[in-house]
Amino acid sequence: MARITVNVDGIRFEEEVEPRLLLVHLLRDRLGKTGTPIGCDTSNCGACTVLLDGKSAKSCAVLAVQADGCDIATVEGLAAGGRRHPVQTAFHEEHALQCGYCTPGMIMAAIDLLRTDPDPSDEAIREGLEGNLCRCTGYQNIVRAVRRAASIDGPVNGEQAAAREVPA
Amino acid sequence: MTAAAEKAPPDGTREEVGRARRRKEDARLITGRTQWTDNIQLPGTLHVAFLRSPLAHARIQQVDTAPARGLPGVVAVYSGADFAAEQGSLPCAWPVSDDLVVPDHPPMAVNEVRYVGEAVACVVATDRYKAADALAAIEVDYEPLPAVLDMNEALADGADKVHEAGNKAFTWTFAGGDIDAAFRDAPVVIHRTYVQQRLIPSAMEPRAVVATTDGDTCTLYSATQIPHVLRVMLALTTGIPEHRLRVIAPDVGGGFGSKLQVTAEEVLLLLMTRRLGRPVKWTESRSEGNLTVHHGRDQIQRVKLAADRDGRVRGLSVDLLADMGAYLMLVTPGVPLLGAFMYNGIYKMDAYDFRCTGVFTTKMPTDAYRGAGRPEATYAIERVMDELAAELGIDPIDVRRRNWIAHEEFPYTTIAGLTYDSGHYEAATDRATALFGYADLRAEQARRRQSRDPVQLGIGVSTYTEMCGLAPSRILGSLRYGAGGWEHAEVRMLPTGKVEVVTGSSAHGQGHETAWSQIVADSLGVPFEDVSVLHGDTAVAPKGMDTYGSRSLTIGGMAVLRACEKVKDKARHIAAHLLEASAEDVEYTGGSVRVRGTGAGRTIQENALAVFTAHDLPDGVEPRLDAQATFDPENFSFPHGTHLCAVEVDTETGMSRIRSYVAVDDVGKVVNPLIVEGQVHGGLAQGIGQALFEEAVHDADGNLLTTTLADYLVPSAADLPDFITDRTETPAVSNPLGVKGVGEAGTIASTPAVVNAIVDALRPYGVNDVRMPCSPERVWRALNGGAS
Repeated sequence: MARITVNVDGIRFEEEVEPRLLLVHLLRDRLGKTGTPIGCDTSNCGACTVLLDGKSAKSCAVLAVQADGCDIATVEGLAAGGRRHPVQTAFHEEHALQCGYCTPGMIMAAIDLLRTDPDPSDEAIREGLEGNLCRCTGYQNIVRAVRRAASIDGPVNGEQAAAREVPA
Repeated sequence: MTAAAEKAPPDGTREEVGRARRRKEDARLITGRTQWTDNIQLPGTLHVAFLRSPLAHARIQQVDTAPARGLPGVVAVYSGADFAAEQGSLPCAWPVSDDLVVPDHPPMAVNEVRYVGEAVACVVATDRYKAADALAAIEVDYEPLPAVLDMNEALADGADKVHEAGNKAFTWTFAGGDIDAAFRDAPVVIHRTYVQQRLIPSAMEPRAVVATTDGDTCTLYSATQIPHVLRVMLALTTGIPEHRLRVIAPDVGGGFGSKLQVTAEEVLLLLMTRRLGRPVKWTESRSEGNLTVHHGRDQIQRVKLAADRDGRVRGLSVDLLADMGAYLMLVTPGVPLLGAFMYNGIYKMDAYDFRCTGVFTTKMPTDAYRGAGRPEATYAIERVMDELAAELGIDPIDVRRRNWIAHEEFPYTTIAGLTYDSGHYEAATDRATALFGYADLRAEQARRRQSRDPVQLGIGVSTYTEMCGLAPSRILGSLRYGAGGWEHAEVRMLPTGKVEVVTGSSAHGQGHETAWSQIVADSLGVPFEDVSVLHGDTAVAPKGMDTYGSRSLTIGGMAVLRACEKVKDKARHIAAHLLEASAEDVEYTGGSVRVRGTGAGRTIQENALAVFTAHDLPDGVEPRLDAQATFDPENFSFPHGTHLCAVEVDTETGMSRIRSYVAVDDVGKVVNPLIVEGQVHGGLAQGIGQALFEEAVHDADGNLLTTTLADYLVPSAADLPDFITDRTETPAVSNPLGVKGVGEAGTIASTPAVVNAIVDALRPYGVNDVRMPCSPERVWRALNGGAS
């Protein structure tokens, strides 16, 4: 067992974990952060995407011990003070989700995409989200949503989002 | 095109039906507060892991579970023998013919395994890692038996057998008109064989099951499309009395037919919670799911079309082989028959002959996958219509125009015996060709052919219809389906004037909470925000037939509408009493009951409170302002449309790239254009996936090679183009809203549109077919004379 400290959505956790424990299982099964779902076991689908120190990471492909000392932002921490993150709002407005299972990962990946490319072309969005699979939407409205979020003023930067206070 | 155009009726009121309302469901889905089955953590939960057969076909000689017992955290270890007395056989609810062979299908194999992935043992442990660890300690001795993988070989004399009764599951035939006369002396006869490859539905949420019991009642949470059908079937299968079984479908992450099933794991977890007295939970991994979630398609279509030289179709003959896999699951044998009535498509013809043979193989069973039989049928007819056009040198749109049912001919009874209630193929096609720039693209194609451009342009046409809105119960009965096709709803006025709607339709991404709110808001004249929709729990929504076959709106939505009408009737009666008017003198309008010709009236909210207090109700009136209703349609609905696809094919590499895609669909009246457009987009993506990327591949021993999303290629955002979508609107006449259903349209139409485009690009090179998925290798081989 290893002792780790992680900061998840602004809350500090100290946990004893098996070295093999996946970060996504730490989040879901130990910390109750079920907002981040699991869609595959080969890190292809991206449903479990979170921000690890501000950069997108597939939490099924990270061991919990590797996240020791890290800030982790999940979809659950985005709506600071009850106000939705612009990417969340854009997904809603553009009908960029149907069943919604890929949505948490898609939103987190989109936030990271906009951090590195604040004004992406459609093609850049499609390439940038290639690692996140959706079976419902055909992606068109996801592309629209990311473009819409890019045009909204305000913080879409993941590090800022992760650092915000999160109401209990 | 954007779907966001909202309409404001001329009278100044704002109708909800037709508005691009943003979805109510989104609030929890975009914030991570969704209730997926795997999120459920009941106190004391034990975790189940299954040991699965590594062989496609083998006799089980021995299962030794002892070494796994006593390992850390292990609570119980079971093999099939431990469940043999009570597990029953997984149900097939569609015994399609008298000759149907229904093999015993134990949820956990006892004597023999017949596909890779079939469960042979399981571990119950205190956490999922420990359960998975202990699987390795279980020892199973198998005696390998021959795998049976190819349908034609399976039907040959002396073939190795999947089941003792043989490899033929059933034969089903249909004949309309005089097929011999149609083919006799026909100037043009086209034979083709098309292969509908096996697909893996790949809903993003893996299956998950939680079962618990309080000693009296069992509760099953499952990522299912069909909580109501499941409850009935589980009661019949396990012997747990139906009234002591509650099934809950929490938020469900996509289905596409794959969660329209009664699964081994659902049965086994119920048995385990009963045995152990503790909650048990199982969530599949993606690799486990690719092996054991039922597969789709897998048919071989031998198609023969007879026509006159002017392009008029005389007759169509279809001989279908349908791979059942190793067992018959819930509707396995019925899936190809849903296509049986669709091979004639939108066309008139003198005769149609259909024969289907269901075949057992040692593979995962097939069952419903988005469209279920209808995409296969549409593919065959739309591919062969293009072949006819090429044979005669006629434009593929012209050849369709010469054969389709003209707008003024509706209602029209087809050669397959269905009565299409409405349609306007001319309008949809005209709109699609205009949006596509058909003539310009044909001109560019001619230039590229002329210049021998290594990148050729192909144009694919697909004019489809489908029977959806499953279904009139009487027709289902005549086809021997084991359940009805009605849907149920309840509308309840709460004391404070808010509205609760209970629907038997079980949404898993379709947006019922939003669309049903729109219907109720208009019907009752209440604010959209004041309506909430409950579904997916047999204790909350006790009656239902669930969600599949593009039936939710056309059946479930109509039940909601009917329940609203009943509520309004009650409100009229009560309000008339309170207003001291006769029932004949009051009318329900704009959310109020009003006395005609006077200003007097009472809002529905006031009526709801009056009913709650019950201080002054008419004699004999119960104090409730709510109503239940069911709707059973008299006919299917028949959405249709014209899809056009332009593909650039690199003849040197075999790479195909979709350059533009136009979908003009006619789904009748639209409740929410945003949702409709989303359904079309997603459907297109899945149909294009079949055309270009997806295939479940087995090796010669029957091992599935595509067990992960790295091997089974679900399209990503980078693989798909922007779609141009539009609609024509020819209302259905078979339901009061004039709606038709949209869930499967995109998937049905797009596969042939894409493949027709690829073949069109390659036709100058002598290519008349490319087998799906049309990978660069297959295209290159087709161009270079090899088998595609």
